[in-house]
Amino acid sequence: MAEILDILASATFWAAVIRIAAPLIFATLGELLCERAGVLNLGIEGIMVAGAFAGWFAVWSGTSLWQGVAVAFAVGMTFGLLHALLTVPFGLSQHVVGLGVTLLATAAAYYTYRLALPQVTTPPRIEPFLPLAVPGLSDLPLVGPALFAQTPLTYAAFATALAVALVLARTPLGLALRAAGENPTAVEAQGLSVTALRIGAVMAGSGLMAVGGAFLTLSAFNGFFFEMVNGRGWICIALVVFGAWAPGKAVLGALLFAAFDALQIRLQQTALGAALPYQIFLMLPFALSILALVMMSRRATVPAALMVPYRKGER
Amino acid sequence: MTAPAGGAREVLRLQGITRRFGPVLANDGIDLVLREGEIVALLGENGAGKTTLMNILFGHYAADAGTVSVCGRPLPPGRPGAALAAGVGMVHQHFTLADNLTVAENIVLGTRPLWRPGLGLAQASVRISALARDFGLAVEPTARVGSLTVGERQRVEILKALFRDARILILDEPTAVLTPQESEALFATLKRMVARGLSIIFISHKLKEVLAVADRVVVLRQGRVVGEAQAAGTDRGRLAELMVGAAIREARVAPAAAAGAELLRLEGVATAPAGAAPGLRGVDLVLQAGTITAIAGVSGNGQAALAALVAGLVLPTAGRLLVDGTVPARWAPRAALAAGIGRIPEDRHREGAIADFDLVENAILERYSVLTRAGLLSWKGARDWAARIIAAYDVRTPSADLPIRLLSGGNMQKLILGRVLEAGPRIILANQPTRGLDVGATAFVHGRLVAARDAGAAVLLISEDLDEALGLADRVHVMARGRLSPGFGRGQASAADLGLWMSGEAFAEEAHAA
Repeated sequence: MAEILDILASATFWAAVIRIAAPLIFATLGELLCERAGVLNLGIEGIMVAGAFAGWFAVWSGTSLWQGVAVAFAVGMTFGLLHALLTVPFGLSQHVVGLGVTLLATAAAYYTYRLALPQVTTPPRIEPFLPLAVPGLSDLPLVGPALFAQTPLTYAAFATALAVALVLARTPLGLALRAAGENPTAVEAQGLSVTALRIGAVMAGSGLMAVGGAFLTLSAFNGFFFEMVNGRGWICIALVVFGAWAPGKAVLGALLFAAFDALQIRLQQTALGAALPYQIFLMLPFALSILALVMMSRRATVPAALMVPYRKGER
Repeated sequence: MTAPAGGAREVLRLQGITRRFGPVLANDGIDLVLREGEIVALLGENGAGKTTLMNILFGHYAADAGTVSVCGRPLPPGRPGAALAAGVGMVHQHFTLADNLTVAENIVLGTRPLWRPGLGLAQASVRISALARDFGLAVEPTARVGSLTVGERQRVEILKALFRDARILILDEPTAVLTPQESEALFATLKRMVARGLSIIFISHKLKEVLAVADRVVVLRQGRVVGEAQAAGTDRGRLAELMVGAAIREARVAPAAAAGAELLRLEGVATAPAGAAPGLRGVDLVLQAGTITAIAGVSGNGQAALAALVAGLVLPTAGRLLVDGTVPARWAPRAALAAGIGRIPEDRHREGAIADFDLVENAILERYSVLTRAGLLSWKGARDWAARIIAAYDVRTPSADLPIRLLSGGNMQKLILGRVLEAGPRIILANQPTRGLDVGATAFVHGRLVAARDAGAAVLLISEDLDEALGLADRVHVMARGRLSPGFGRGQASAADLGLWMSGEAFAEEAHAA
């Protein structure tokens, strides 16, 4: 018990929580945008892989880090466009298309990697985003090193969450997106295009997912490895439900999952870690997240038109 | 309301509108003109093409041929945005509101440039309240639409059009979901609108209200305009004849000879709510052999819960359900069938039939155990059974081997009716049995239900159509928000009396009196 308290009192623990949460926040916001507009995007896992690769590959080829982020966003939008075309105008099954996009995007990333670097066994390194201490604030005890000595892309994750929340709640566009996920006929009857709104939401959302992937290669690590996304996309889908489709709660969910993850790594180094197999600890964040999900999502209201294709003029 | 002068400005012209859905010609060269300050009623049976025509006018569908022009300017086909900009507003039969948004949010949706920050809800709310006051459409702008009653939702739909300064308003079957009192209030609102120069197209299949509200009536049958008349110069009989294409006489139902034994009784029954639909609250009801008991009221007030309870699909959470005077040991669909309860479900497509099964398979859905010999289904018996129903119930089909989805609603309903009645039920649960049927099929269903009553069955008729409930039933109850009114015998209550129960007002008075 005392060990857990020690962990919770350390700035490095909280810094790790923020660091682990940041890519989840990007991708969760992306998924949330898609789902609020009525489209379940199971392409998220693959789009994160593609984003991780594209961002890193751009920087390795000589662009700046921020240009790498932009490249990842663009690649995500491209896969988003593919997903949206198949699910929105053509109205295909969102499950099947999403899983297809995940397989395609993952394979495309790995294939391009092998084409570009046929002989390499250790992945080439890049110079990632470095921590940027916020003057003044980073000197605060505990809070300073935890919150205000992060990389610029980490700050961007939280800024994006604020932006997404504002757009959804305070702009006509956000209102239209929320209505499109609830009753697309209402949107149509007010003279807006459901198709355009949904395609736009899926493209923007997929771009954010890819930036979440790029965070791994450009900020968390400094290279591209196979299997590095490692199911984070699927976690984000659960986080959207956990957050009841609200950006603020989704960010809290991401932080909670990250806290469990950071905790289990540290618990492995305690006496408890010596006594128990390490797989138990690896399982911990997932098990606790499922538990939290069960408790939180019972009263969540799903967008009523989620996964329902809208076909104009059908009767 | 006097008819506007013939010289009033023309605001809308539909010319040669034609639209096909597969093999069905829904609209066939329809011409229609609307003048300023006029209420035109579009009258026709279900499936006559009224809604299709209005959806083309509003831009939900594009027409295969024909043009729509507003004030002399043609509208581009298939674009609701263009219709809205030209001043056309539509109140859809199935409301086009997002339940997760507030009244004001639903109304401002699509009225501001998408990227402009802020929603302007404060100013919008002021304007909504002013419009609501002017036209008698009371709603709370900050209320969430999901929590509103159907009557309130309809007012929001109308406000949506007024907020955009619509000059032409289309209302698609607006009274289908309203109590008689709410309908009266709606008519008053419509008259206020035309007094201010708006023009209105009012879609309905109810003759009474068409004559009450419209200046001019246009009758559609099978996708064509078959007649037109000034409301002042016509009557119900003539309109009915035009609508159906043959003279019809309104059948009169003889009262039940004498009520027989009590077959089913509910005592203070409550059930759990299912999603947005309320459960039952303290419902007392008795079904006697040889009588028709009707449950009137707007759909979604607990009728589904009552039907599910009688069919054995849900259990009471309080109170008792007695069959033949005893509480059944285990109430379930199988027990309900064994007790002789035959069920005509509310939604024949979803609950009554399996779309891709053929007529024979659908005919034996509740009977396969009778037709089974040594664990094997007797297809010969099944075929004979289906043939008997098809012949006796006038199911028009080229073959019994067709998937049932290819049948019209009326023929599908006749098969379901036959399936239930031929099995000789003691209690018949008929939930909205004539919804969406044409006059002929409706009369057929009514006749068969009365015949079953005369043969000694207890019929529980759940109907949204007050005229149907009052015309058929020996006893009428009203259901509102999960509660059931006392029963009224033939001639004991008028439509207006029942309306007070439908709106829930009479329940409050009853509570005061008690």
